[in-house]
Amino acid sequence: MSTPNLNGRGAGPASSPADPAAPAASVPIKAIRLRHPWRMVFAIVLIVVFALAIVDAAFRPAYDWPTVAKYLFDRRISQAALVTLELTVYSMVIAIVLGVILAVMRLSPNPVVKSLAWFYLWVFRGTPVYVQLTIWGLISLIYSSIDIGIPFMHPWVSFETNAALSTFALAVIGLSLNEAAYMAEIVRAGLLAVDRGQEEAATALGMSWSQTMTRVILPQSMRVIIPPTGNEVISMLKTTSLVTAVPFSFDLFARSRDISAETFNPIPLLIVASIWYLFFTSILMVGQYFLEKRFARGIGDRQPDKKGGGSNPEPITGVTVVPESEQAPATRSTREPGTGQGGPS
Amino acid sequence: MSDMTTPGAASADRGYVPMVLAEQVSKSFGSHEVLKSISLEVKRGEVMCLVGPSGSGKSTFLRCINHLEVLSAGRLSVDGELIGYRETSGKLYEMAPKEAAKQRRDIGMVFQRFNLFPHMTALQNVMEAPLRVKGLPKAQAERTARDLLARVGLAERADYYPAHLSGGQQQRVAIARALAMEPKLMLFDEPTSALDPELVGEVLDVMKGLAKEGMTMIVVTHEMGFAREVGDSLVFMDGGVVVESGDPELVLSNPQHRRTQAFLSKVL
Ligand SMILES: Nc1ncnc2c1ncn2[C@@H]1O[C@H](COP(=O)(O)OP(=O)(O)OP(=O)(O)O)[C@@H](O)[C@H]1O
Ligand SMILES: [Mg+2]
Repeated sequence: MSTPNLNGRGAGPASSPADPAAPAASVPIKAIRLRHPWRMVFAIVLIVVFALAIVDAAFRPAYDWPTVAKYLFDRRISQAALVTLELTVYSMVIAIVLGVILAVMRLSPNPVVKSLAWFYLWVFRGTPVYVQLTIWGLISLIYSSIDIGIPFMHPWVSFETNAALSTFALAVIGLSLNEAAYMAEIVRAGLLAVDRGQEEAATALGMSWSQTMTRVILPQSMRVIIPPTGNEVISMLKTTSLVTAVPFSFDLFARSRDISAETFNPIPLLIVASIWYLFFTSILMVGQYFLEKRFARGIGDRQPDKKGGGSNPEPITGVTVVPESEQAPATRSTREPGTGQGGPS
Repeated sequence: MSDMTTPGAASADRGYVPMVLAEQVSKSFGSHEVLKSISLEVKRGEVMCLVGPSGSGKSTFLRCINHLEVLSAGRLSVDGELIGYRETSGKLYEMAPKEAAKQRRDIGMVFQRFNLFPHMTALQNVMEAPLRVKGLPKAQAERTARDLLARVGLAERADYYPAHLSGGQQQRVAIARALAMEPKLMLFDEPTSALDPELVGEVLDVMKGLAKEGMTMIVVTHEMGFAREVGDSLVFMDGGVVVESGDPELVLSNPQHRRTQAFLSKVL
């Protein structure tokens, strides 16, 4: 073992496997591989059943594939898909911001602030989102105008609730306020997961509380926050189908039902809507994958950044994936897709 | 410097200001009194070693010095500046968090468990405070950070994340990180206790180097060899009080107090 200080620098795949390759002189094991006959049988049965189901579905008239094809890219549908996406994005962004605020409030030493956050959670988590959306739809009956100013004095600004808030806005408000309660708990769990020593070290360096939060605590809690938040985004995408309670009827699900009311054929349009939901969900999952990778830097040892370099994980893959890395050197950094999945058959 | 302008620094007039002056410092957690009227003085350039059994309040005392804990009673000043309070015409005013943060910049702290920021490389760890707190330009911060890493023998590891460094290397990065703020006082809380025995030496060597350069240091440690060789003074604490203090050589070879004797017979 010569001076690990010098060649441990992560200079590249060429130098690092050389070190642990020292024991490669030993005789490779020659053995007949263990067979898994039942796995094979099970896989074949599954494939056959699946294939039969597909063939069956393809010829079953109720699915009405021509209609599915006709409406999949219908302008009304694609526009509604966009509206659903907007609902999701706006609601989630507001929910995350509000969730962070609520989480910090719940961790505050001030008992008033703390109870306020707790009360918010109690109300918004304790009632069904469908009911909340319905109430938001009726808000103009409860508060006919919105006044801004000093209480009991003539308001500076006043506007009609109905005119100020569209059903779209009400849908976003309803969805985001409900979601914020869940996000608050997710963020709180993330903040608590960060070691207390981190805050102490940052404070001791003279960093302010907000710097400590934004530079030290939050980035580390991201690793804990992102996976469940990904779930929440996907869940939100689907929850948008409830905005009909407001009533707001330009989202994907409402639109596809409206169309099927004209065609008297609901099933193909349900399939159309499902395909769009699945499409968005898939995109979100890809996004989540990259976000998780970004925030695993330095912590997720399984996927060391190039900078993390020379230590143990790399040489191992260097040995097992040799032929593959020759074909496509680019896959080395994003190693997850493909390599592991081909195996089971 | 700033101590000249501080009204509270009465002793500044006499021309001598100790780096740390603790006067009857007490600290309680609820009804549990952890520090009981501790008075001590650390001179400029002095290396004070703080020893004592677990739970005797050593960490708490260190944390009081940079206001991570708030005193219950007594006064504590660093370089003539009262910690955590402003004194105007005989009255004490609690400091705003911002002012307290400003005081902490001049006091470096090194922890038993390193507490490096795991999502930043060694270099980024060292650069973080100069960039965000002092507002240094990036190029300058990076140059100083690289110099500091070289000083603790880790120039080669600047781009490594803490998870890929050994304990000894992590602790050296942590020392470099504290030095990056150019502190006038360094606090070490058992800096080698979490290390494998063979890694202790490299960290102690860095600390010896610092002491030689004249850094004022308070070191909580169980390394009596270090205390003897590098320490200018040794303070033995037990049960929240200073039991015995003096020249390390004298205290270690000829402890006067029963409790000191009992403790030393266990560690030596
Ligand atoms: N935040 C806190 N709240 C309540 N009690 C505390 C707190 N911090 C410390 N203590 C108590 O104060 C006492 C002294 O703790 P401290 O950490 O200062 O001891 P120490 O001398 O550093 O011990 P060790 O050698 O184990 O690090 C202990 O009894 C501890 O339980
Ligand atoms: Mg301690």
